[in-house]
Amino acid sequence: MQFNRYWVAFVGIFSREVRRFIAQHTRLLSALVRPMLWLIVFANGFRAALGVSIMEPYGTYITYQTYITPGLCCMILLFNGMQSSLSMVYDREMGSMKVLLMSPLPRSYLLFCKLLANAILALIQVYLFLLLANVVNVNLDWEAYVSAMPAILVIALFLGALGLLLSNLIKQLENFAGVMNFVIFPMFFLSSALYPLWKMKEASLWLYWICQYNPFTTCVELLRWALYQQINPAAIMILLPLTIIVCVLAVLSFSPSKGQRGR
Amino acid sequence: MIKISNMSYHIADKPILNQLNVSFNDGFNVLLGPNGAGKSTLVALLTHLCLPSSGTIEYHGVDLHLKPHDAMAKIGVVFQQPTLDLDLTVAQNLAYHGSLHGISRRQVMINAQPLLAGLDLLNRLNDRVRQLNGGHRRRVELVRALVHQPTILLLDEASVGLDNRSRMQILSYIRQLTTREHLCVIWATHLLDEIDNSDNLVVLDTGRVVAHGEASALKATHNVTRMSDLYMLLTNQGALNAI
Repeated sequence: MQFNRYWVAFVGIFSREVRRFIAQHTRLLSALVRPMLWLIVFANGFRAALGVSIMEPYGTYITYQTYITPGLCCMILLFNGMQSSLSMVYDREMGSMKVLLMSPLPRSYLLFCKLLANAILALIQVYLFLLLANVVNVNLDWEAYVSAMPAILVIALFLGALGLLLSNLIKQLENFAGVMNFVIFPMFFLSSALYPLWKMKEASLWLYWICQYNPFTTCVELLRWALYQQINPAAIMILLPLTIIVCVLAVLSFSPSKGQRGR
Repeated sequence: MIKISNMSYHIADKPILNQLNVSFNDGFNVLLGPNGAGKSTLVALLTHLCLPSSGTIEYHGVDLHLKPHDAMAKIGVVFQQPTLDLDLTVAQNLAYHGSLHGISRRQVMINAQPLLAGLDLLNRLNDRVRQLNGGHRRRVELVRALVHQPTILLLDEASVGLDNRSRMQILSYIRQLTTREHLCVIWATHLLDEIDNSDNLVVLDTGRVVAHGEASALKATHNVTRMSDLYMLLTNQGALNAI
């Protein structure tokens, strides 16, 4: 009976997130247009300049489009994670977060449900992007969709929890946009999403080390291997505990009274 | 029944509520006070959105701080600030709220049916909240607060922003419901025409309870006949008026 209450709550939270996602038509569009622009325009422009040699997990030479596809998938997850946190800040300011917090179920569980619901939505967006990527000859086996699923969910949870943690540290919606500029772009560009790190090492050693320790690099590499039905043990060993730690910190640091207007 | 004992709430050493000792019994209770008296803060504390700096709150003998989930299951709230999801329909908003209480969509609709009928909302069930006017939105919030069948209903300035007719309709509906369902209702307001002589009145001013009792008894004690005179006498509004 108790399990049933928890399940009903998760289904309710997930349904709400899906309905809001559908109601905000442009959200899905921008989630797909952004990486497609990178894949079609940016990758075509840079493919000649940035040749990619044979490297793991690829068994042969690959096109630049193929190389950046896992990074672009992670970009979708990053934007989705930050956007879901933005919506939590909005909910908190507009008062609708109170409805969630008035539930007799533990708040930690409810927040985790929100994170998981957004992670599942992000998974769907990544799948749609991978299907669209076929247009530019980034072809993946159907097994790739299955093998990448756990990796995508873990990465989405990690980035969503990171967004929630950030949203807990700021007071108002206006501040959140600024924080995003200092989080999304540095995380994305200082990673292996767009270029292999050995290329970065040739250019700048200190930048290489920053990229190496950037958790977003771990996300990209975990997904890169998972898309080719391979396991990246180092990435798993870093990302799994990191996801748990960030989830716990995000939930613990959540303050229901923060940022409420009109009191 | 709600029992508040020695409760204070401070923000950075500034007292917002000071040593509150008050009980709300089953029936219609009015929490009266001017803007800034601490009514919304008290509602936030009663709904566990804030924690008191000291003191306790008990719902039917259950300490809110020790067993918040048990207490939350018994409470329905209409906040001063609108909290409906504008992108969802009325039915979806109700189903979402029900799910957070572990109630299936089917059961939510069964519970909501008489409430929707009583508040003339049956034909608006599939409308997006964005399409509703302020009065209808407030009614939906009221249905939502009741759909999990709470025994305690908190309404924080629930009639603010509504026209007189809508205001009185909602108030009258809640009064009927209080008697019929034996609810403990706390109606926080600063509007004097919403108070009946038989109401249990708690007057809050600058974070303190300045009077507590049946409205008619309080008027008799202070030798006044009108509620506005009592209000002026008990709160800083009287001092402001004198200036």
